[in-house]
Amino acid sequence: MSDAPRVGLFATCLMNLFRPSVGFASVKLLEAAGCRVEVPLAQTCCGQPAYNSGDYAAAQALARQVVEVFEGFDYVVGPSGSCMSTLRNDYPRLLADDPIWGPRAQALAARSHELIAFLVDVRGVQAVEAAYPGRVALHDSCSGLRGLGIKQQPRLLLDSVDGLKRCELADPEVCCGFGGTFCVKYPPISGRLADDKLADVASSGADTLVGGDLGCLLHLAGRLKRQGSPVKVLHTAEILAQMGDTPGIGDGHED
Amino acid sequence: MINQSLKFKDKAREALADPHLRVALGKARGSFVNKRAELAAALPEFERLRDEARDVKNHVLENLDHYLERFASAVEAAGGQVHWASDAAEARAVILGICERVQARTITKGKSMVSEEIDLNDALEARGYTVVETDLGEYIIQLAGEPPSHIIAPAVHKTKDQVSDLFQAAHGGSRKTTVADLVTEARLVLRDKYFRSDVGITGGNFLVAETGTSIIVTNEGNGDLTQTLSRVHIVTSGIERIVPTLEDVSLFLRILARSATGQETETYTTLSTGPRRPGDLDGPEEFHVVLVDNGRSRMLGGPFQDMLRCIRCGACMNHCPVYGAVGGHAYGWVYPGPMGSVLTPLFEGLDGTRDLPNACTLNGRCQSVCPVRIPLPEMLRELRHQQHQQGLMPPAQRRGLGVWRFAAERPGLYQFANRLAARVLKGLGGRGGRIRTLPLAGGWTEFRDLPAPQGKTFLELWQARPQKPEEPR
Repeated sequence: MSDAPRVGLFATCLMNLFRPSVGFASVKLLEAAGCRVEVPLAQTCCGQPAYNSGDYAAAQALARQVVEVFEGFDYVVGPSGSCMSTLRNDYPRLLADDPIWGPRAQALAARSHELIAFLVDVRGVQAVEAAYPGRVALHDSCSGLRGLGIKQQPRLLLDSVDGLKRCELADPEVCCGFGGTFCVKYPPISGRLADDKLADVASSGADTLVGGDLGCLLHLAGRLKRQGSPVKVLHTAEILAQMGDTPGIGDGHED
Repeated sequence: MINQSLKFKDKAREALADPHLRVALGKARGSFVNKRAELAAALPEFERLRDEARDVKNHVLENLDHYLERFASAVEAAGGQVHWASDAAEARAVILGICERVQARTITKGKSMVSEEIDLNDALEARGYTVVETDLGEYIIQLAGEPPSHIIAPAVHKTKDQVSDLFQAAHGGSRKTTVADLVTEARLVLRDKYFRSDVGITGGNFLVAETGTSIIVTNEGNGDLTQTLSRVHIVTSGIERIVPTLEDVSLFLRILARSATGQETETYTTLSTGPRRPGDLDGPEEFHVVLVDNGRSRMLGGPFQDMLRCIRCGACMNHCPVYGAVGGHAYGWVYPGPMGSVLTPLFEGLDGTRDLPNACTLNGRCQSVCPVRIPLPEMLRELRHQQHQQGLMPPAQRRGLGVWRFAAERPGLYQFANRLAARVLKGLGGRGGRIRTLPLAGGWTEFRDLPAPQGKTFLELWQARPQKPEEPR
């Protein structure tokens, strides 16, 4: 096992707080792909909320913190296209003018990956051992899709799941209206965009909605549950890691 | 036009509640987006053309003084006149001066967003001129007394039924209900205006430095009639619309039509070089180009220079989900959608446009279709940065960010707060697993439930996990 790459798991804020099962699904998938996974406990947030709010100083402070915490790993992997796009695309730009932190941010960016893209593109995973008896629509979150080029990878792995029928959306490239703080600053617009996306999901005939970013998923699940919809919402990793029987996001539980 | 961007939130709410608008925008979005995608996919070199167009524009912007002077001398060599306007008031004064000197009465206009930017129609009408918009969409909104809601499809917010009503009210006669009948009626009404026109005002899609040519593209031919049948032709254009050569124009025409309307080429591409020459069968007696700065030169050499590459195709708004939901009027000024949310704060000031850079999910689709690859999301983020720097962020948000940063820089505190939140929110969710209302979270819960957390944080569960036996190394 000594040549197994050492992966630092980036425990995204929303995963850590709302959905630890996605973290455990990530660990399971990474280990199945031959990685040694560690979770640094000194991590907090990637800083994207500050960056997108225009508070560059706060974003830089958090970027330096992340660079420091994850510097020793072969790879940094997280179950979010949004957070990992911040590490990959934004850190080098944020710290570009810093002679010390700039190169360190560049080096970290080159080793940072979104979970599913890492499994397929870096580890060469072509299929998973999992079953899910359902009709599944995949939501391409924008930061993964356009920021990191994640489109085929989750489709490839979902299509390898036994019993899973994948339903393609009519307009998979349109934003769901989450947009980070946008969703609380402009609730009616955000709600309309969610409705448009969910109408697309409904027309696709899916009984399950999955995606790679918990921000979009919490927003869409919250809107679905408000409408009383039975559609189950899961993170893609949960289905791939044979954890699809976990209660869906915003669904009740027995105990 | 008076900037009403500060009313964005209210106007957006009104727009979302308007069923006609939803129908109109839904139709337009589908057709623009799908046609562009088909044509982009059908042209193997499309992505390369976008790169080339970006590079040509960058070259022009780096050498703008040179190309502007070259353009001006070429216009004069062809017998035309160039007028430099540093702001909207100067531009209006120049145009009013020309109209007065030539004793104009009727003025026809092709579509020009710069003329909207400088409030030209109001100024002309205040002096008693009859002003007739000849682009069908512009004509419709002129009848409605509204500003354009889209830079290439100004009446995109109107349904056919609404247009039928407007035409009947303005023209009398029977109410026309088919598109063909409506277009025929507009054509007949407008035809007469062209022949009476003293001054024809058009925009300029491209200004060609080597020849002094101004170029417009239309699908209706209204631009040709406006400028050739009037005694005087005035072009109003931003100073950044220069391209070096006619050869470059062919590049831009290929990406403009595909990006804008999803056509291989627009129906009419009209080149104007100077006034009528001896022996010409038609054409204006005078040819004027009003080059409008109005804030553009301030953008050179700064973080927003890339925005000056814009060729006004409208692809960014066609692909913007926010524009698609609220339409163009909600943005409150001349330019809507992503390009407008960058330009309006730069032209009209950050303070009076606070929502515009923020009313965007940063989803990046606009950038992915921009024919000249303007990094629109980065520019909107940069405007947010400037708002933050200048203390224009709402105080509650600023305080919230400060508290969050304080915690996020202290992992122990951050994780403690998360453990607490996980438990409290799970408790509030109860067996249903979701929270319907939450103090201070109305922004979330107005339209959505908040899914409850699973109960413990990942980091605490990870620390408490059963240890696997140490693997031999």
